[in-house]
Amino acid sequence: MATTERPTKLWPTLEVLSPIPSELSPSTDNPDVLEINLGPNHPSTHGVLRLVAKLDGEIVVGLRNELGYVHTGIEKNLEQKTYWKGITYVPRMDYLSFFTGEVGYCMSVEKLLGLEVPRRAEYIRVIFQELTRLHSHLIFLGTGSVDLGGIALLFYCFRDRDHVLDLFEMVTGQRMHPRYCQVGGVAEDLPRGFEPEARKLVRYLRNKIGEYEGLIEKNPIWRERTVGVGVIPPDFAIKMALSGPNLRASGVDWDLRSANGGYGAYRELGYSPVLAENGDTFDRFWVRVQEMRSSLDLIEMCLDGLPSGPHIADDRKVVLPPRHELHTSMESLIHHFKIVTEGFRVPAGQVYVPIESARGEFGFYMVSDGGPKPWRVRLRPPSFVALESIAAVANGHYLADLIAILASLDPVMGDCDR
Amino acid sequence: MLDQVKGFSVTLRHLFRKPVTQEYPEYRRPVYPRFRGRHQLHRHENGLEKCVGCSLCAAACPADCIRVVPAENPVEGRVSAGERYARIYEINMARCIFCGYCELACPFDAITLGNDFELSEISRDALVYTKDMLLAKPERRTPSKSVELYDVPVQEMERVLGMYDVITATNPEGAPE
Ligand code: SF4
Ligand code: SF4
Repeated sequence: MATTERPTKLWPTLEVLSPIPSELSPSTDNPDVLEINLGPNHPSTHGVLRLVAKLDGEIVVGLRNELGYVHTGIEKNLEQKTYWKGITYVPRMDYLSFFTGEVGYCMSVEKLLGLEVPRRAEYIRVIFQELTRLHSHLIFLGTGSVDLGGIALLFYCFRDRDHVLDLFEMVTGQRMHPRYCQVGGVAEDLPRGFEPEARKLVRYLRNKIGEYEGLIEKNPIWRERTVGVGVIPPDFAIKMALSGPNLRASGVDWDLRSANGGYGAYRELGYSPVLAENGDTFDRFWVRVQEMRSSLDLIEMCLDGLPSGPHIADDRKVVLPPRHELHTSMESLIHHFKIVTEGFRVPAGQVYVPIESARGEFGFYMVSDGGPKPWRVRLRPPSFVALESIAAVANGHYLADLIAILASLDPVMGDCDR
Repeated sequence: MLDQVKGFSVTLRHLFRKPVTQEYPEYRRPVYPRFRGRHQLHRHENGLEKCVGCSLCAAACPADCIRVVPAENPVEGRVSAGERYARIYEINMARCIFCGYCELACPFDAITLGNDFELSEISRDALVYTKDMLLAKPERRTPSKSVELYDVPVQEMERVLGMYDVITATNPEGAPE
């Protein structure tokens, strides 16, 4: 079939040029090369990404990314807000993997403070991090399949995503952007109805993921569109600083949940990453579907081993006092006033806290000058890094494959432009 | 060719399942009790407003969408239970991100976030909610699920009742609602 004839090579030298060129120009001096715009308002570019592609017939010979359409100045905003208020900003960056943003932000503040988080809070955080991962991968699978021309999966995935969001609504009060993670723990304890509902969801999704696997693994049309398309060899992936599922699809064993012992409750749970071999578009889809399974396992492990105890640290300088104390204790009321109005002070220093979001390494670099607001926050968004490699990977592919490759890299533009 | 048909087997099977769609305006799905929707200002039983105009909610709001202008309570006809009251209390719903920090910040439980989420308006000005609007009960109430199941923390329940009965008995295998 036609699959065999397709070019599966990266750009010829396989070298990462430094600095990475934002544009790859055509190597041919063919006068028929056509320049076309994909986006920023194109349904198949996720969010507002503009790709300027140079086409030789139907083959992509040059590509330029144009980013920044949804730049919201989140880093700068965080520097204007106290640490407590900043928690509401971060999830709006990577809006599909929202909870990991909150956790990473809180973890970096906790690291600066040297604050211990109770074990129960760590477990609850892991449950919700895995739920956002499920949410994000479900949307990825749904929209990704639309990019490849299959609309059915979109409806199935969005249906199941809503069940995941129901759990968020139950526990945190909001379906997305829950501001549930707080410095020192989580905002509220799990309600009584959570565990049975979560177990029900895990059972239900296990079943459904089996179906999705069937849809993408056994479907010959899907295989034809994805197998061997957009291959990223492992050494190239490492050179391009890819992370997360995109890296693991190339067979590199690197997952922050297990690397260096992991973080938070992942340290105790033990996790072994899902790896694929070929690094093509098919594998990038496959890895994410398998990761949904491992997410379900992790949620189940957390539910089984959920320790009892407080859900938030007991540090009155940093954590809001419990509500009932406001009416009885003057001291608590004063702490409450201080945290709400001027915020808590954080010792001077700088930290870098990377965590594994649904897209890869989500890094928080935070500098504190000892005041109640961060002096500088720099975020390392995984989508931004993933998009850098697209020009090299898509080079020499058909235009339709470019869309497939873009979908498989799973960029979220809010994350990328921040 | 057979492969191609097999690829669609999952899709075909879905054709015979019950649709999951909820007919929204007719069926109003109950929200969970912790849901954060439209704000509501509260009064004491004797009719006085709980809000004392301390502006703590405005200080806590990350979107800077609350405006409070306090004034001294008049000697005749007090408005609030404290020394002062909020002469102007406005929330710009167009900016609000429904984070619930105002609810957390208020030391007098004067403001809470309710269950209603149908807040769309034709003009932006109509989205600036004044104190009267916030004190009034919303016209159409959104139903809410069981508070006991979905709001009371697990550990509190264990403490109070000394038990932890399982609610899986109802519909254990079915799809989550
Ligand atoms: S919910 Fe959040 S954004 Fe909305 S008014 Fe309250 S504090 Fe401000
Ligand atoms: S609602 Fe509460 S926090 Fe806001 S001004 Fe009134 S009393 Fe103060």
